[in-house]
Amino acid sequence: MTCSRRDFLKGVMDRALVATLPVSAFVLLSNDEARAAVEGSKVRWAFLVDTRTCTGCGLCVTACKTENEIPFDAPVTRTWVERYVLTKDGETHIDSPLGGRDGFIDDKIRDEEIDPEDIAKAFFVPKLCNQCDNPACVQVCPVGATYQTDDGVVLIDRDWCIGCGYCIMACPYGVRFFHPEERVADKCNFCYHRISNGMQPACVESCAFGARQLANLEDPDDPVTRIIMTERVAVLKDEYGTNPNVFYLGLDASVR
Amino acid sequence: MKWHVLRPLWVAIGIVASILIARMFFVPDDFGVHGESFTYGYYRLSNVQEWRDFPIKYQGREYCIECHEENVQALNSSPHVNIECENCHGPGAGHPDDVEHLPLNTSRELCLRCHADLDYPNGGRTLVPSIDNRRHGRRRDCVQCHYPHDPREDVE
Amino acid sequence: MSADAIVHGVEWTTRELFVYPNEFIYWSIQIVMYPFMTGLVAGAFVLSSLYHVFGQKDLKEIAQFSLVFSLALLPVAALPLLLHLQLPTRAMEPLLTPHFTSAIAAFGIVFTAYGLIVLSEIWFVYRGYFVAQVHALQGESALATVMKRSVYRVLTIGAYDVSDGAIKVDKKAATILAAIGIPVACFLHGYAGFIFGSVKANALWMSPLMPVIFIMSAVVSGIALCMLTYIIIMEWQAFRQRRHGGARKASEIKGAETDVITKATRYLLGFLVAAISLELLDLIFRGYTAMKSWDILRSVMYGKDFMNIFVLQYTIGNLVPFVLLLLPGRTMKRTVLALLLVLFGVFMMRWNVVIGGQAFSLSFSGYMHYDIPI
Repeated sequence: MTCSRRDFLKGVMDRALVATLPVSAFVLLSNDEARAAVEGSKVRWAFLVDTRTCTGCGLCVTACKTENEIPFDAPVTRTWVERYVLTKDGETHIDSPLGGRDGFIDDKIRDEEIDPEDIAKAFFVPKLCNQCDNPACVQVCPVGATYQTDDGVVLIDRDWCIGCGYCIMACPYGVRFFHPEERVADKCNFCYHRISNGMQPACVESCAFGARQLANLEDPDDPVTRIIMTERVAVLKDEYGTNPNVFYLGLDASVR
Repeated sequence: MKWHVLRPLWVAIGIVASILIARMFFVPDDFGVHGESFTYGYYRLSNVQEWRDFPIKYQGREYCIECHEENVQALNSSPHVNIECENCHGPGAGHPDDVEHLPLNTSRELCLRCHADLDYPNGGRTLVPSIDNRRHGRRRDCVQCHYPHDPREDVE
Repeated sequence: MSADAIVHGVEWTTRELFVYPNEFIYWSIQIVMYPFMTGLVAGAFVLSSLYHVFGQKDLKEIAQFSLVFSLALLPVAALPLLLHLQLPTRAMEPLLTPHFTSAIAAFGIVFTAYGLIVLSEIWFVYRGYFVAQVHALQGESALATVMKRSVYRVLTIGAYDVSDGAIKVDKKAATILAAIGIPVACFLHGYAGFIFGSVKANALWMSPLMPVIFIMSAVVSGIALCMLTYIIIMEWQAFRQRRHGGARKASEIKGAETDVITKATRYLLGFLVAAISLELLDLIFRGYTAMKSWDILRSVMYGKDFMNIFVLQYTIGNLVPFVLLLLPGRTMKRTVLALLLVLFGVFMMRWNVVIGGQAFSLSFSGYMHYDIPI
């Protein structure tokens, strides 16, 4: 987190330095051209999740599975929604049946009834690949079948993966799995085919509550980037040094 | 000097050489370090384009409005404005050319994903009007009474 | 086939409480076998090097034997790793495009290098025999003999010089190779430990001690298996002598056997103590520092896997054979039993690392249980 932000701030500083120079020196450069001259890559994809507005409908999971051709009934999924119910006695009850594919329409957790009177707080947390700055999964791939693109997304080469499972073991977030049909490692790639073609990821588009949003950290005018920069956001499992790029609003300390 | 001691070395060099020759045939030309680091950027470059070309399924409501303007406009002025057409109607790829009928989902379970009351004191679900699934509607499909494009209206 | 059956891991994973949706026991019995087998290979080689390099003359008989043993086990060690791949046909890729920041990428290279060193050393040790066979089988016309002779001819790689000087050079070369082989063998197995120890996502695996622990227990298992096989062969020879009578008396063979085994046992015990100390150090350190993961680790180690770790591995696999080997009046039968238990203990250690490391969820809120599919 700190690193990607630092990079961003560095970009801002560079631009600030540019701004202090005589205006005439840049009179022929448009805003975009000036930016391109200062920075190498113009895109760094990131993600913002608002846990306060997520209703746990699971339509993102349904859309993701369809869009990315993950067998619908297989218990693996590129994105999922977790339900947290914290009771007044300090217990944390978590579940995510089928990754939340069919939403949460029952208040039982693993067949256990929780008295509504005992509940202190309850909320839903969507999870997806963090497209880390320092992806542990990429570091351990023995054959170079998974990698980071220059816009920050971690992809998997289905024609080169040998299926050793080391990347699955190395990911602290548990986002990776073996694709049941391709028999190679698989994970969320922010719907790379959609975002590269000017569209939103399937989960973002299907979310009716704005709980999922895509950001380009290299673009300071991006409204989502502005939220990440100005609001108090958190990331998951900071302690692993992976520098994740999925930012959370309203993240509770109980979230694993 | 007894030069025969070097013979296993020649065999070893032969094996290494054959691996290096095999590399020339089996490793794609665009495989290598792309970008700054070997750690994160060692891959087959054309795979990036392969992922960009992955087929898109969900088209978005701009695609739907081309033919179904009336329905999209009804939706746009309703409390359901944020719900994508394809959330209920299914992905639009191939429609209407190949797929005459989209897999429309009118089930009660679909509506319950947002509108089932979980009896939580706070959190996202409390922001949505909800019903007690055990009492309200008695397992009938919601769309028998409620008009999904504008839930303020009843079905005639 | 249901959708469940085709997802890798579903068949043998039982989940309890909250586990991330994509979490299963992805590394199963094949990955348990891999470090176990590699350990036997590396351990056998270290035993043979004790004689070749450090001049432990008392180990001469078992040294040559364990060298061949090390080679024979080498392909077996690679097999489980190959079988565990989802796409075994792409198994050559780590050699074609090795991504060296991955511990597994080194496997192909270290494994090949190690194989070549062992093969060369064996060639130097047995070259004289190969040449002798080529000469002895000369002039015979039976098809089987002709083929046998051509195999020996290939094995000599055209080096027929068996003069005293040449054989002396051979011996020197074997010693040098054995010396190079020790670090390579340790590296081969140490990095198997590194594969696990460097996974920062896994609370049980991540430890800088892991490679050292793996090497120590590898040497223990390697020595144990070599001793065991040696005993079986010697007993078989003694048995044959008793039945048919021969140049050497059965009692002589037995005497030589006892001598070798007594000496090898000393090394075995030394490495066993080192291995157990390191493992206990790791355990105590985890409990004392009590990081975030300790709660779930403790519940796995002292609860769910108590039987596997403390009863099967430490008591039956380590403590019992330790006592059996140290108590005075040791008989060959008791030694065999102790060696079998040592091997079992090392296997359980591999099991508890590989399967135990996946027995809890990355969320620290749930458990997974592995049922071997039959």
